[in-house]
Amino acid sequence: MLLIACPYCGEERPELEFRHAGEAHVARPDPIAEIDDAAFEAFFFLRDNPKGLIWERWRHVHGCGRFFNAVRDTVSDRFITTYKAGEVRREVVRDDEGGYQLKGEER
Amino acid sequence: MVDGMTPAPRDGVINEHRFAIPGLDITPLPPAFRVSLRAGPDDVGALSQALDVGLPVAPKSSAIGKSGRQALWLGPDEWLIIDAEADPMIDLEKAKAVHSAVDISHRNVALAISGRRARATLEAGCPQDLAERAFPVAACSRTVLGKIEVVLLREGPERFRLECWRSFADYAWTFLSEAALAARP
Repeated sequence: MLLIACPYCGEERPELEFRHAGEAHVARPDPIAEIDDAAFEAFFFLRDNPKGLIWERWRHVHGCGRFFNAVRDTVSDRFITTYKAGEVRREVVRDDEGGYQLKGEER
Repeated sequence: MVDGMTPAPRDGVINEHRFAIPGLDITPLPPAFRVSLRAGPDDVGALSQALDVGLPVAPKSSAIGKSGRQALWLGPDEWLIIDAEADPMIDLEKAKAVHSAVDISHRNVALAISGRRARATLEAGCPQDLAERAFPVAACSRTVLGKIEVVLLREGPERFRLECWRSFADYAWTFLSEAALAARP
């Protein structure tokens, strides 16, 4: 079973306790009433759906109940890192061996 | 609770159920007062004082007060208070700290699972690591059992308390008793 590290519980927990909650770092335009339809479409409907790294929100729904952010590889389904909601986006770099490293923490 | 109200008596759905095989007992626990408590980190001290049990702030931990009142950490701002004797809502009424307390006494049903096969039986449906190094005595967690959400509290090396929603109690009971029989060596 896939283990996901919940940043609030401070440990890895089985994936059955979690629920996917869409793409992370989608900022709501402010003031939203003044944006045009194209901008609203981009904010509300359009998502990246990349092959490779994706920044997502997850919720530890059957655990502490908290939403948090995760960086996941959509090809391998591997979670590179997770961090609390509201924190700045964690940048990730690819190393020579094809693995991922957190930016600033490369070996 | 509003003055003058008396707690409504409620028959548990699985009161009469008993399950015992060598190494395992599953028993429905008597009704208890339960409160779902939400509060910010600044109000933990005041609420602990009002409840007379220190609200745990570490993940997966629980505390027990002098009167036997239990406080279970469910999330960074969420606790489950269980008391078999006295209504915690009465104590919380006196607390000045900002909080949300919801009486869920009748929402939950509790089971005690005990014996040397208790852990193996629970692990038939609970994906968490219930080994003592990962889930020691007094550890508690909201988690999953089969298809339902439960709150699990380890009361002793071989004793667990399982809290589930009332309408899920029959499922939990059947799941555990079937798992126990299937897991019998």
